[in-house]
Amino acid sequence: MSTPNLDVRDVARLARIELTDEEASTFQAQLGSVLEYVEQLKRLDVSQVEPTAHANPVFNVFREDVVKPGLERAAMLANAPHTANNLVVVTKVIEQP
Amino acid sequence: MSELARLTISELQSGFRSGSFTPADAVRAIEDRIRTTDEEIGAYLARDFESALAAAEIADVSLPLGGVPIGIKDVINVLGEQCTCGSKILAGYKAPYDATVISKLRAAGAIPFGKLNMDEFAMGSSTENSAYQITHNPWDTTRIPGGSSGGSAAAVAAREAFATLGSDTGGSIRQPAALCGVVGLKPSYGRVSRYGLVAFASSLDQIGPFARSTRDCAAILNAIAGKDPRDSTSLDLPQEDFSAGLGRDLKGVRLGIPKEYFVDGMDGRVREKVEAAIRQCESLGAELVEVSLPHTEYAIGVYYIIATAEASANLARFDGVRYGHRAKNPADLLDHYRRTREEGFGSEVKRRIILGTYVLSSGYYDAYYLRAQKVRTLIRRDFTAAFEKVDALVCPTSPDLAFKIGERVNDPLRMYLADIFTIAANLAGICGISVPCGLVEEEGKPLPVGLQFLGKPLDETRLLGIADAYEQSASREILAEIPAGLATATSSAR
Repeated sequence: MSTPNLDVRDVARLARIELTDEEASTFQAQLGSVLEYVEQLKRLDVSQVEPTAHANPVFNVFREDVVKPGLERAAMLANAPHTANNLVVVTKVIEQP
Repeated sequence: MSELARLTISELQSGFRSGSFTPADAVRAIEDRIRTTDEEIGAYLARDFESALAAAEIADVSLPLGGVPIGIKDVINVLGEQCTCGSKILAGYKAPYDATVISKLRAAGAIPFGKLNMDEFAMGSSTENSAYQITHNPWDTTRIPGGSSGGSAAAVAAREAFATLGSDTGGSIRQPAALCGVVGLKPSYGRVSRYGLVAFASSLDQIGPFARSTRDCAAILNAIAGKDPRDSTSLDLPQEDFSAGLGRDLKGVRLGIPKEYFVDGMDGRVREKVEAAIRQCESLGAELVEVSLPHTEYAIGVYYIIATAEASANLARFDGVRYGHRAKNPADLLDHYRRTREEGFGSEVKRRIILGTYVLSSGYYDAYYLRAQKVRTLIRRDFTAAFEKVDALVCPTSPDLAFKIGERVNDPLRMYLADIFTIAANLAGICGISVPCGLVEEEGKPLPVGLQFLGKPLDETRLLGIADAYEQSASREILAEIPAGLATATSSAR
């Protein structure tokens, strides 16, 4: 059975989480043992088994495509960390030319 | 302590209806109790006595839950109130709407009251992962109340609430109910709308009640169950009275004992109490049948892949843009995201997001996530096969008594293994309930043991009937006992 090659720093970057050096080394060890534990699933032959995504097989739940009242703008903005002119201010995503 | 604080919901309601006391008296009884004991327990993150009293003054006691205050885990949106999920990333957030369960409670006349402590984003088994405070077990305040709904369980045990709502993703209602000596119900997947419940693992999460009787749990389920167009996974089923099976014995009931749930590693004293409880069920008329759930040993592994994978996607919404914490002066967008999430999330949440991201990442998806989903199918089939032979299963809720605060915080795997008897129910989507079945003396203090009944999907009426029959014959004394762990619990209160 192969040893899982989890690089905590690399995955944290994918997950958009900065880690301190201490966190990185602690998580590396802790998640290493969790992954070792889940290696046991490889003992089972699941080649003929369908995956279960949900406990109830409910698919394609549709509703009428009609406009309904939503939350008021003020209520939506009340929780935003930074607003101006009734808009949410976001961190710049476009580089200066 | 006011006598009122000790009542069950059904006792409270008879008093309201006969005019012996009013909903405002009930709110004051809770207020009084919270003011004297919650400093020691730490169950509530927020409480607003004034609003609750105002609601109590105009309560219609003829409604099914008329005038009954019900505590809410701080992961469910209640209009105008905080909803921190036990996380710093949601500090200061105010819910802009009511969750469907809250609207339904209000429609049934109940008064949603207070926000209860929990493991951050419901990730944990001890409530020690809250970013705000530790919650103490009322039976022994040096011990954990269980988790993740530890505040909801401890409040009911400490008589700081008559009943509460929690959420159960892998045992987060049943395990704390067991460790705090109260009743906790996880309904079947699809039974209760999750609209307004902050999502942890969407294929597993379910909202359910804590109370001091099975009857009370049935009354709350009656109020909160049902199809909701805002949660596409909620099921459209005929209206049902979940209290219809109460007040019977167990004659003709076939109870399955899953042999994989009675293995080494369980506290011997827990085992003894559970085995005695099963004999008690037999004396009430139940037929006992040994059954096998052969894939039990894989449930925790499957759970920690599926739950973390779903959490890593669900928690991507905490990006510091529309709500919640935002890091100061970011250098660029990547820095904004990474520092916002570093500062906002606690260790367990980061650990699980990283694990979930890993098992979903390219090259590992098939080996971990897809395989886990396939093993989940095998676990479901185990239950389907068992339920062909029996009406419900009976087993322990937790392998251990409440452990000491701090004992397991540095060993996540050991903490995860505490959920071994509760997790499979979420993977299979079935319903489950924990009722007290005994007290074990530990360091001079009695600690509760929980008995778990597991029912077929959507078979809550029968499940509640079975639990009620057992409770009436064996749990009432434990449920009526005021936990002695509190310095404020005097002998005169017992």
